[in-house]
Amino acid sequence: MSIARVDWKKVWAPGSLLIIILVLLATLSLYASTYTVILLTSILMYVVLTVSWVIFSAPTGYVSLAPAAFFGVGIYTSAILGKALPLPAVILAGGLASFCLALLVGALTLRLRGIYFAIFTFGLVELIKHLLLWYEIKFTGTRGRFVIVVDNDTIYHVMFAILVILLLTAYLIRRSKFGLALRSIGEYEDAAAHTGVNVDALKTVTFAISAVFIGAAGAIMATRWTYIDPYIAFNPLFSFMPVLMAIFGGMGQFSGPILGAAIFGYLEEVLLTKFPYYYMLIFGIILIVTILYLPEGLVGLVQKLWRRISGGKRAHAGG
Amino acid sequence: MIVTILDVVIAGLLLGGLYALIAMGLSLQYGVARVLNISHGEFIMLGALTTWSLFTAFHINPLVSLAICGPVAFVLGFVIHRTLFKRLLSSSASPGVFESNSMLASFGLLFIIQNIALIAWGPEIRGYSYLRVPVNLAGALFGANRLITLGFAIVIGLAFYLFLARTRLGKAIRAAAQDPTTAGLMGVNINLVLALCFGFGAAMASMAGMLISLCYPVHAVIGLEYTIIAIIVVVLGGLGSIPGSFIGGFILGLIGSIVTYFEPGLALAAYYAIFILLLLVRPTGLMGK
Repeated sequence: MSIARVDWKKVWAPGSLLIIILVLLATLSLYASTYTVILLTSILMYVVLTVSWVIFSAPTGYVSLAPAAFFGVGIYTSAILGKALPLPAVILAGGLASFCLALLVGALTLRLRGIYFAIFTFGLVELIKHLLLWYEIKFTGTRGRFVIVVDNDTIYHVMFAILVILLLTAYLIRRSKFGLALRSIGEYEDAAAHTGVNVDALKTVTFAISAVFIGAAGAIMATRWTYIDPYIAFNPLFSFMPVLMAIFGGMGQFSGPILGAAIFGYLEEVLLTKFPYYYMLIFGIILIVTILYLPEGLVGLVQKLWRRISGGKRAHAGG
Repeated sequence: MIVTILDVVIAGLLLGGLYALIAMGLSLQYGVARVLNISHGEFIMLGALTTWSLFTAFHINPLVSLAICGPVAFVLGFVIHRTLFKRLLSSSASPGVFESNSMLASFGLLFIIQNIALIAWGPEIRGYSYLRVPVNLAGALFGANRLITLGFAIVIGLAFYLFLARTRLGKAIRAAAQDPTTAGLMGVNINLVLALCFGFGAAMASMAGMLISLCYPVHAVIGLEYTIIAIIVVVLGGLGSIPGSFIGGFILGLIGSIVTYFEPGLALAAYYAIFILLLLVRPTGLMGK
């Protein structure tokens, strides 16, 4: 199968479905209630976080626990610049700040592999959180700050725009020779380097690109929360959730992480306010069951069942 | 001045004893069983809250509940390894894949244990008073409970070290840590040894939890904080090195105590800064190979 060329026959059905969904989402605020708009903003946020995480971590196999750092940087950019700059500039600044942080982290961690990379990125989130906390209490005398308020429809549309650009980026990376090179790093990094892949540059840049969207999402979500502090902004759950949602959905297919994030984003919104402990408990159980029994995730399971059904039909037709 | 220095050093050692105990359990789980157990702190939390419940409801001496928490946590850890991680080990293609998968599965365990605890105990902060009498130590005052903590941490740590160094099972554990495949060929029941290590790790965590409940107020979500400290100590001492973790715990305790003396708000930030620098400069740690 050629990597660069698109097989239109295969892409046609899911592609048109995707376009219908995107059009429905884009015009949502015209016919849906305010509650639906707010609910979908949260779901889209999780989709953005998860798909961004997948861009780097799924093909390379490096488990990054840094999303919370990028998300938090976006949130704080929004809090600091929100009053001075117009909204689009704030969102761009949030993405850019995360991009720079990711470039730095990526360049620093080139030597770290496997589990060391995961714990490094996790430590990074906590380091930033505690430095910020110390700084705020020591120098400004207060903890946290207020963010300018933006109306719900605008937040939703910005999040939607981020998602569309992200999906396009993710799709292009996946189909390009860069996607292939990333997968070769995941399979055998030394061999990839020997076949001429510039492993260091590719890893760093991809990591930074994935951070842009997380930072931008953080910048816009901050305006919904109106008040933020380091504990809210650098909550490690924002690192864990994308990983778990991507695993649940299945990382082999493009649609897996989107589906995983959408399902859990919805469940969280419905269950978290009423039964927070049970929600997280169920979350943990589903995660373990997925890792044990569904290594391909939900999408893998659906494909397997589908193959069994359609295979069964063919067997009948043949016999 | 000298009293102040002594003050800081003793406070650091008291803290370090706890850190060493926590880290040794994790070191065992990671060094031998290859599970970077993110739910390690949840066993600490379980030990702490169980001790609190036994003390407040039945007036059971916390030091007695050490003998209850340890074995129960051991069985729990043993069963978890037998059911969950053994299956993951056999289905993972390579050791690297197993390390990632088992770490992610332990995230699942974290959510499960933490939220069961939240349902059982609620989010309230729990504390009790036991042996909070001041003891004069070279001019500085320390609570008797903290000294007991340090004493127990050292005794448990040393007992465990002797167990690893001197007994037949300890030898099997060390062999499994070095090379599981060859150890298996030499007649070590590798699955049993890995499950035992996981159980021992859980037992040490819950005993540390009991000691923590003596000194600090505890609640259902303290786990992750201690897991992170344990990971930092384990990396400091060298992943998989038990003596490294023991010494690393005291080093981190001293650093924490010194930083707290100068700038209380920066203690945790200092831990992470050391951790990140260490990973960049010397990821194998102080005593790593």
